[in-house]
Amino acid sequence: MGQITLKQITKSFGDVQVIPPLDLQIEDGEFVVFVGPSGCGKSTLLRLIAGLEDTSSGEISIDGRDATEVPPAKRGLAMVFQSYALYPHMSVRKNIAFPLRMAGLDKAEQDKKVESAASVLNLTDYLERRPGQLSGGQRQRVAIGRAIVREPAAFLFDEPLSNLDAALRVNMRLEISELHQTLETTMIYVTHDQVEAMTMADKIVVLQAGIIEQVGSPLELYHTPRNRFVAGFIGSPKMNFMMGAFSSEYDATTIGVRPEHISVSPTDGKWKGKVGVSEHLGSDTFLYVDVEGIEDPVTVRSSGEVSFRHGDMIHLTPDPDKIHRFDNQGLRIA
Amino acid sequence: MATQHSRSAARFMMAPAVILLLGWMLIPLTMTLMFSFKKYLPLRGGDLGWVGFDNYVRFVSSSAFWPSVQTTLIIVGGVLLITIIFGVLLSILLDQPMWGQGIVRILVIAPFFVMPTVSALVWKNMFMDPVNGLFAHLWKAFGAQPIEWLSDLSLFSIILIVSWQWLPFATLILLTAIQSLDSEQLEAAEMDGAPPLSRFAFIILPHLSRAITIVVLIQTIFLLAIFAEIFVTTSGAFGTRTLTYLIYQRVLESQNVGLGSAGGVYAIILANIVAIFLMRIVGKNLDT
Repeated sequence: MGQITLKQITKSFGDVQVIPPLDLQIEDGEFVVFVGPSGCGKSTLLRLIAGLEDTSSGEISIDGRDATEVPPAKRGLAMVFQSYALYPHMSVRKNIAFPLRMAGLDKAEQDKKVESAASVLNLTDYLERRPGQLSGGQRQRVAIGRAIVREPAAFLFDEPLSNLDAALRVNMRLEISELHQTLETTMIYVTHDQVEAMTMADKIVVLQAGIIEQVGSPLELYHTPRNRFVAGFIGSPKMNFMMGAFSSEYDATTIGVRPEHISVSPTDGKWKGKVGVSEHLGSDTFLYVDVEGIEDPVTVRSSGEVSFRHGDMIHLTPDPDKIHRFDNQGLRIA
Repeated sequence: MATQHSRSAARFMMAPAVILLLGWMLIPLTMTLMFSFKKYLPLRGGDLGWVGFDNYVRFVSSSAFWPSVQTTLIIVGGVLLITIIFGVLLSILLDQPMWGQGIVRILVIAPFFVMPTVSALVWKNMFMDPVNGLFAHLWKAFGAQPIEWLSDLSLFSIILIVSWQWLPFATLILLTAIQSLDSEQLEAAEMDGAPPLSRFAFIILPHLSRAITIVVLIQTIFLLAIFAEIFVTTSGAFGTRTLTYLIYQRVLESQNVGLGSAGGVYAIILANIVAIFLMRIVGKNLDT
């Protein structure tokens, strides 16, 4: 159980409207990721759902019941914070047991649930330690453990991986996805990292300035971005945009081509350019090519064996089926 | 070699300060110790020679000794209790966003800048005077018999005056501690279903425990030595004679320097016992 519906939700801080009227439907068991640049209102939206902020207008319903005025504790949601927000003076066991203790469960019941959560999260050996004695990843798991024991209708994650180092982030990403498979509970996950969004989500909600730009599965967003913003935000490295003569050829104000949809040739091709920096990742090589008439260098993803040098003249050819066309409003032309 | 040289140079440079400090501390201490073993009556024959532990025995066996220890502990304990409880409440209040926060905070800290003698006199004459004091007027306004604060409730009055002086200090330290509390922790507790009182008991109070021990430690050291407040209000009458005040009376009123010095040595021992005791608690709290 964990169906959340937002109807015409708005949020203003004083005169500043952070979230203009917004509708969103989250289905039971879905892994939804809110993604957008910093300051786009994604954390605010999560806090509105959690009940930590009051909505200025609109209605939030959880499992069909109106929850707009319900205090956070009664909404049946659990949240994992960016700073983990563990209670530093309590042991891991007490941290995880805290929501149960507040709910008035007896000691034996508490212990049973804590033990089972700890075994799911590989925390059994650390139950008697304080949060200060744990590593970042372990603290993260304690925070998740504290959320799990409540058996919430939905989990809310507020940029939970941004304080971890790169290697650990990949691990925790997998663990959270794994957890979602096991628990089959609704999860709402806020991040500014589109890689996290692409890898984990069933459904991505792309936000900009409080407005939902597009909602869809990762591949939908990748293949058919609704506008230039989504096209530029989803995908790594970023999509290349071209205007002027380049786009009028395709009857569009702007065209976008992803780096992986451009082929490179030393002899002939559609566009001619000079190789700038090339980044060798082993599996791939990212070439930054200066093409006359385009302001930013065109990013090209090619195979790891390519060896062009700085200053080499090369020819680029886009895959004609994979060109995204946008009108003067920045909207996609089908 | 260089470090050896610089180390001895450093010692040489530090020497004057260390010697000054040592002299500052050791000379009065040694003199107190010396006088405590002598019969020394400045107005009645001066130095009358060594008497061994006579002064120590006399000081302790005097009927005024144990009551004065008791009074000291009641005052210290009472002031600590009041300043910590109200300090925590005030700091929570001041932490709330409100209009004119800066000015209110300065006003709260103000009593700390008033000299003890002055504040005690203000309390004595303006508030607690049974004829003209504000409290007397207040009591009369309700048709009640004004309380003679400094004679009937003498100990409580002094606790009140001293608490008023030290409350700002406690509030200030506790306020800075409360401001360092991560608001996400409170939100997490809210999500976990903790009502406001539980959030206070499980999150805020443990967070403040370190600041509270520091307040207790520092205040105890200063409160053991309060003198001016007693001197200008009751002059040690009505059961307000603390150990410090008893020593003062022995030396200046009875003109018995030897006996007073012995009392001073007892006071040093008492202060050290309290300090060791407190250091243990603080040490335990600072560990985690």
